[in-house]
Amino acid sequence: MSLRSYVITRLLLTIPMIMLLLTFVFLVIRVLPGDPASLHFEKQVDPQMLLEFKRQLGLDKPIEIQYVDYLVGLLRGDFGKSMQDFSPVSQQIFSAFPATLELAICSTIVMIVVGIVLGVQAARSYNSVQDHVIRVFGIAAYATPVFFLGEVMIMVFAIYLHLFPAGDRIYPGMTPTGLTLGGLHLSTGLYTIDSVLEGNLSKFIMSLRYLLLPSLTLGTVLCGIFIRLTRGNMLETLQSDFVTAARARGLKERTVVYGYALRNAFLPILTMMGLEFAALLAGAVLTETTFSWPGLGRYLVDRITFRDYTAIQGVVVFFGILVAMVSLVVDIIYAYLDPRIRF
Amino acid sequence: MNNERPRGRILAQFFPPLTGLARRGLAGWAILIGGAIVAVIAIMTTVSPWISPYDPIAINVGPLLSHPSSEFPLGTNHLGQDMLSRVYSGGAIMFQVAILSVIVCLAVGVPIGLFASYTGGYTDKVASLVMDSIYAFPGLVLAIAIAAMLGPGVVNMALSIAVVYVPSYFRIIRSQVLTIKELPYVEAAHMMGAKPRTTLFRYILPNVIPSIVAVATINFADAILTAAGLTFVGLGLPVSIPDWGWDLTYGRRLLPSGAWWVITFPGLMVVLLALGFTLIGEGLSELFNPRLQR
Repeated sequence: MSLRSYVITRLLLTIPMIMLLLTFVFLVIRVLPGDPASLHFEKQVDPQMLLEFKRQLGLDKPIEIQYVDYLVGLLRGDFGKSMQDFSPVSQQIFSAFPATLELAICSTIVMIVVGIVLGVQAARSYNSVQDHVIRVFGIAAYATPVFFLGEVMIMVFAIYLHLFPAGDRIYPGMTPTGLTLGGLHLSTGLYTIDSVLEGNLSKFIMSLRYLLLPSLTLGTVLCGIFIRLTRGNMLETLQSDFVTAARARGLKERTVVYGYALRNAFLPILTMMGLEFAALLAGAVLTETTFSWPGLGRYLVDRITFRDYTAIQGVVVFFGILVAMVSLVVDIIYAYLDPRIRF
Repeated sequence: MNNERPRGRILAQFFPPLTGLARRGLAGWAILIGGAIVAVIAIMTTVSPWISPYDPIAINVGPLLSHPSSEFPLGTNHLGQDMLSRVYSGGAIMFQVAILSVIVCLAVGVPIGLFASYTGGYTDKVASLVMDSIYAFPGLVLAIAIAAMLGPGVVNMALSIAVVYVPSYFRIIRSQVLTIKELPYVEAAHMMGAKPRTTLFRYILPNVIPSIVAVATINFADAILTAAGLTFVGLGLPVSIPDWGWDLTYGRRLLPSGAWWVITFPGLMVVLLALGFTLIGEGLSELFNPRLQR
């Protein structure tokens, strides 16, 4: 199979998967016991008002029409209207998404770096005390609720040591504007990149300081699986002939381990990154709530408090599509890097 | 008689007496330590009504936000509740939710996995597609959507967690059944006229049980973490029930006052309980798949 036909097949397989997910979420919101509109108003509400409320949101139509409306809307990037103020959910989602993306990217960096370094160390000191300590750390990291670690981080680094801020993305009023060249305005919504575009070093450092605790928290909780993966792969690779040959040629141990062996252990790590993206998003929901990080996760949790079921549906659907897209991209990169996968 | 043999041998191989576990190296020790942690917490939770110095939900039993002291060894929270009593009894909800969700997963995931992968063809394809779609989704987010619709309650929490974890059972069972059903002894059973149901439940299932047990223990750990997460986003049980998850949720708002004890002890309990189950699960998977045992 050529790369192109692999990509096409993989793309075609993604469509039923997304459809299933969309249908599943649609059914969860509408078919599970309790009508979303009446659930929204906890107390008794005037039936006439409820009807008007449902009409505004399109919840009064027959379910099959609602389903078609929902799918057609999604195709146009319409994630429905909020039950709170009838504003379009997509607008909220797109304005909150950069915050989540920035957190996700930084957490991924922490997760990969910590995971690989510890995994390589464990493999090099196989069956020693260091190896066991690292393995137990990996398992303990997995067993720690991300918000508990976040609270501990806030307590230690923000409240006792006053080293880092405990919440939000940047000091109020300091939001970087991005690049403005005449009439052209370029801004990504990622504060670190925007402050660089603006050429403002102090804002860049400030946004990094705000990012550090949340990404450290999320990255640490998720790094366990990478420790194990790197360790397992390195154990095998370090015993292979080409590593022995490299050592025999008198190369430095660091070059042998990181330059030769790790490169071969990297493909499974890439696959795992794709698989872990879902866990990353789930973790981001809790991390954002802990650190009052104004991203999608906090938006979702806010909407839960308001019993805003249409907004909840919108965010969940958005997460689903995002995960499907990322796994598609990772699979294609993987097929490109490793031709064996295509056959 | 013949059909008893594989089952008996497998059970003897995989469930040796406890003393034998320690001789099985690190994996055995992981199971023993994890088991001990879980057992101690389970006993502590069970006997909590008799050992708690105060009623865990009674307010103002002491001063508000009191530091750990001789009278209140783990301090008190912002309602003046005794944290030691809350730590003793706060695990009951976790255990209930986790046990219930594992039962639901077993009852749904195992039959679907066995049937779909044994039948093959379209049944298998459709089931795999559905399960893979759910599996790929961020588990907590899906659980949040379901729990938000179902409303608070132990059963509802367990159900929303179960939906997320059924695919894990399905996948592990499917991968094993696909290999096992081609083995000569299964073919032999088939040739001798065994009904599909007999083949499936008497010959194939016993060989899959070890993997199911390993997945179930990891599922326990995940269910505990997800239950705590659901509570944290505001989908937990009423505040009148002692729960480590609640203490962690409310404790976040007390952090600026420096009240570290309100989150630390319940948080450590959640970590320990999840760690216990994870250790058992890791140990079991290593024992059952010696190839991965390095």
